[in-house]
Amino acid sequence: MTGGLLFALTGVVLFAMGVAGVVLIGHLLRRILAFNLMGSGAFLVLVGLAQRNDVPDPVPQAMVLTGIVVAVAATALALALARKLHALTGHLELPEDADE
Amino acid sequence: MSDPAFQPLVWLILLPLGWSTLAFALGPGRGAWTAIAGLATQLWLAFMLAVKVGAGGTAHAGPDSPMGTAVTHQVGGWGAPLGIDLAVDGLSAAMLLLTQSVALPLAVYARSYFKTGDPAGVWFWPLMGFLIAGLNALFVSADLFNIYVTLELVGLAAVALVAAGGGAQQVAAALRYLFATLVGSGAYLLGVALLYGTYGTVSIATLMPLVSADAPRLVWIAGGLMVAGLMLKTALFPFHFWLPPAHGGAPAPVSALLSALVVKASFYLILRLWLGPLQALLPAFAWLLAALGAAAIFWGSWQAIHAVKLKRLIAYSTVAQLGYLFLIFPLLTHPAALKAGVMQIFAHGLAKAGMFAAAGVMIKATGQDTVAGLAGTVERLPVTLFAFGLAGMTLMGLPPSSGFLAKWQIIEAALAQGHWIIAVVALAGGLLAAVYVFRVLRQAFLLAPEGAMAGGVAAVPRALEWSAFALAAASVVLGLRGVELMQLLGAGA
Repeated sequence: MTGGLLFALTGVVLFAMGVAGVVLIGHLLRRILAFNLMGSGAFLVLVGLAQRNDVPDPVPQAMVLTGIVVAVAATALALALARKLHALTGHLELPEDADE
Repeated sequence: MSDPAFQPLVWLILLPLGWSTLAFALGPGRGAWTAIAGLATQLWLAFMLAVKVGAGGTAHAGPDSPMGTAVTHQVGGWGAPLGIDLAVDGLSAAMLLLTQSVALPLAVYARSYFKTGDPAGVWFWPLMGFLIAGLNALFVSADLFNIYVTLELVGLAAVALVAAGGGAQQVAAALRYLFATLVGSGAYLLGVALLYGTYGTVSIATLMPLVSADAPRLVWIAGGLMVAGLMLKTALFPFHFWLPPAHGGAPAPVSALLSALVVKASFYLILRLWLGPLQALLPAFAWLLAALGAAAIFWGSWQAIHAVKLKRLIAYSTVAQLGYLFLIFPLLTHPAALKAGVMQIFAHGLAKAGMFAAAGVMIKATGQDTVAGLAGTVERLPVTLFAFGLAGMTLMGLPPSSGFLAKWQIIEAALAQGHWIIAVVALAGGLLAAVYVFRVLRQAFLLAPEGAMAGGVAAVPRALEWSAFALAAASVVLGLRGVELMQLLGAGA
């Protein structure tokens, strides 16, 4: 097993853990952390799979840099919304949908 | 195009970025007029681009231009794989045209809607600009990774718009929407990573000849992940859970933008991928998509028929109407199927924007968001009710509306291939749409009970009523001009 493949497999495991976290966890901060885990998993797969002959490929690294910027922006928005929800309701969990 | 400074497809991205930044600099609640002027220019640009693509213009098209398109552009003069390629074919040009022609009347509408110092409208203009820029960039992207970035731009702007109302329910709906959209684009990105690992490219044009039905299992997993992520973002049943609170709880102009355009963007990508690079894998997924589409039609209509709140009803109607889009996948070998899909995108985009706008007028006038509270509104708001009725006509698929053309072509393609079950689903969906549309109209035409209308119906600005009417009327009139749109689709493909 090459190093790149090891990274990719780790990435897949992290991604699956992240998705499970976002879907299953109620606490908003932990969900936001789980989303970041998910994103990091996808980045690891992107970088890991691309260097099969142990020669790093620069294109996916540039993509991951862009992806990190996107993830930071998404995390900031999620944190701002979570703070707003906490200020309004006093809880860090999503309330039940009122109209169902 | 000889002059590189005048490339409509570049300005379609730069202009909204420009006016949204200006609106942000002008301060809270300002910037409506720059937005309207910008959108009017964009509509003209999109129209020029559609004419150029329709005429089969070959500007900048090299021998190996992506997607065999009519108009392409290399950002900053750097071509792929190092730079970013933009490309417009008939399908993209049609989507650009739809985006600008829905956004312009909605901007006129929103200017009146947020006039009264509504806190929900404070950052509406910058956010709308970023949303439109993201959508336009998405429609002209020629590589899978650029599409991921634009998907996130659209998603983040849309979430911020939903949260702009500021109430606990709206913030909760925005967070729910944010998590759904992030998981969706995460799955898409993992799919892109697997494709890049297999083929070493993300260019749609380069991938096209590489993927075949006997592709390695990794490619099938990648295709499955990408389509699942996009389904989540398109709110296809059973992934629709986030849509009704987000679209039903947001201010009316935001609901209209989201229902008409944002969910269509991810559907456009499914169409782009499964007609393009992942075409060989499509037959394995087609019937699953169609079955979920049929389920969406029934479930969404059922919920709409039983909704208490007016905007919830319209949001569930969106769930149902999105189902039609997925009915076309098993039929794609017939040329009418793709036309039906794009016609349905247009019909629903215009009609649903008109319907949410009309609902916003009724809610402003009666001061409440319930179907029951509409009794007697027809006397005070005839134009708005007429708009609602016209939009409803398109959703039901009555001739001569564009909704009729869409459903007609689905049924034609289905019967031509012997898949009568799809024709039955399409017809049943039209009947169910009639039930919830007439539920609203019947209530509006009822005499108001004594005392219930004590506050009366508040006066609403004319611009609100007429911009809603323009959108709804456009959805019907498009049915008479469908041929031009269909010709555009064939161009550059």
